Amino acid sequence: MRNEELILSINNVFKSYHRGSQIVRVLENISLELERGAFLALMGPSGSGKSTLLNLIAGLDYVDQGTIEIDGVDITTLSETDLARWRSVNVGFIFQFYNLIPVLTAFENVELPLLLTSLSKRERQKHVSAALSVVNMEDRVDHYPNQLSGGQQQRVAIARAIVTDPTILVADEPTGDLDRISAENVLDLMDRLNRDLGKTIIMVTHDPSAGKRAHSMEHLDKGVLNHDL
Amino acid sequence: MGLLFFYSLRNLLTRRLTTILTALGMALVVFVFASIIMLAEGLKKTLVETGSSGNVVILRKSAETEVQSRIDRDQASILETLPEIALGEDGQRLIAKELLVLITMQKKNSDGIANVIIRGIGKHSFSLRPQVKLITGRMPRWGTSEIVVGQSVAKRFKNTGLQRTLSFATRSWNIVGVFDAGDTGFSSEIWGDADQLMQSFRRQTYSSVILRLRNPNLFQGLKKRISNDPRFTLGVMREKDYYLKQSETMATFLRILGISLTLIFSIGAVVGAMITMFAAVANRTAEIGTLRALGFQRKSILFAFLLESLILGFFGGCAGLLFASLLQFLTVSTMNFQTFSELAFRFSITPGIIIKSMAFSIFMGFAGGLLPAFRASRMNIVDSLREV
Repeated sequence: MRNEELILSINNVFKSYHRGSQIVRVLENISLELERGAFLALMGPSGSGKSTLLNLIAGLDYVDQGTIEIDGVDITTLSETDLARWRSVNVGFIFQFYNLIPVLTAFENVELPLLLTSLSKRERQKHVSAALSVVNMEDRVDHYPNQLSGGQQQRVAIARAIVTDPTILVADEPTGDLDRISAENVLDLMDRLNRDLGKTIIMVTHDPSAGKRAHSMEHLDKGVLNHDL
Repeated sequence: MGLLFFYSLRNLLTRRLTTILTALGMALVVFVFASIIMLAEGLKKTLVETGSSGNVVILRKSAETEVQSRIDRDQASILETLPEIALGEDGQRLIAKELLVLITMQKKNSDGIANVIIRGIGKHSFSLRPQVKLITGRMPRWGTSEIVVGQSVAKRFKNTGLQRTLSFATRSWNIVGVFDAGDTGFSSEIWGDADQLMQSFRRQTYSSVILRLRNPNLFQGLKKRISNDPRFTLGVMREKDYYLKQSETMATFLRILGISLTLIFSIGAVVGAMITMFAAVANRTAEIGTLRALGFQRKSILFAFLLESLILGFFGGCAGLLFASLLQFLTVSTMNFQTFSELAFRFSITPGIIIKSMAFSIFMGFAGGLLPAFRASRMNIVDSLREV
């Protein structure tokens, strides 16, 4: 694998949490590499540390030890302010419960990340319309989240994730709150984003059928990556 | 910026009942704050407008009000000869030697009594106060027991209508007219012939001398002349300054009362806003986590929640001012502690009061929202995202 094709490089990462006076080790010596345009599924039982690893990759949390390099930037060295700025440019989030802002319309929810850019209002509108058309939600721009079904909300959330054209998309149980058909639609959409638009996707799931839609799979168990499975 | 504003505004609109109740709490405080300042302003305006800048009030030296003042007839007669006095249309000097006495009268709609000013006037008293206009009846004839009453007196006291008779100072006095002096203190007075009133009240001295200057710039010269003349033991003031000084004590008292009351009430309103905003933060923990995950900095979260609280304060201020502004249509009366007489006046709203009230209300919003907004901005992203 040529180095410039690597988009993610995790080296010897440790992470633990304090629970009262106890220290709970969540990730133990994790190392992982991912090339640009990959679609990786992180799988494992509850409490295995897959969401924690995803949070670290997405720059939502700090490692105790080790480095995480994304597109040439070691995010473990960034300050909180710089990390927030980095996230706004490089990470698109897809959450299990969509996490749309209930008081904003679909259009405004998708526009939200663009407020952190220097784009003009007209340019923002153009980007939002394009993102909503990718997820086939251009006819629901003025709907509030509570006026949309779960599947539709997740599609709006995906539009929000891709609107800034981020380096990676991170998805935490993106189909966990959806019925089978909606879940299939969302997975189809993610597959299309990966295949047609070349988006690098890292998805956490404990649903084997969702995991099978990814191109590669990593298993975590008790905070340790098991490459052999 | 625009979207963040709508985000804050819509969050408030989503929680309509809580928003309205919190804003009403603030509105109540603003109402109290604005109405007491409006009261002080109305009192000041009434007393200040009572005076005219071209007129001069002469009282006994060291007397602060006409009630305390005594001017001998001799001194009053010498004053009539001063060259600084303007001439009226009849070619006579515009000067009036006046008497001021307080009597108690029964109020119309209660059993209460209040002091009312009886002003003994001279021939030029009306010319010296062009704002005083007869609205019904006629002027009192000189040398008779006829009086005219101010409109506020006619409205608020028993037996003060046209053709009624008032008994005081061992005589019966016929009311032959009612005058309107606009929003001035004269509306709360009863006027009659000074010499007749002096006789009845067994007074040997006048209370004050009012005169009009030929030129307002002659005031300092007149003041110097009177203070240097050994025949006089008198003090000279512009009429406007005299009434302004009268209003100061009462207006200051009202302001201090208003600010003290408001400060106590505002603690309740700030706590109310704080509870509302803490509840808003608790309900929107996942939203905060999402916004932070998307790349919004802590200061943006702080700003969004603070903005929400400021909007609450703004709405509260608008509602409070709206209610307070309705008070302008009310006329109230109070004891003027300078003259110990009843004084009727209106609540008066000014741009300054609007600005102060809004600033106060927005400050309450700020004080109530600061801690919750700070808490929201300090939340851990990962923990917040778990709160779905």
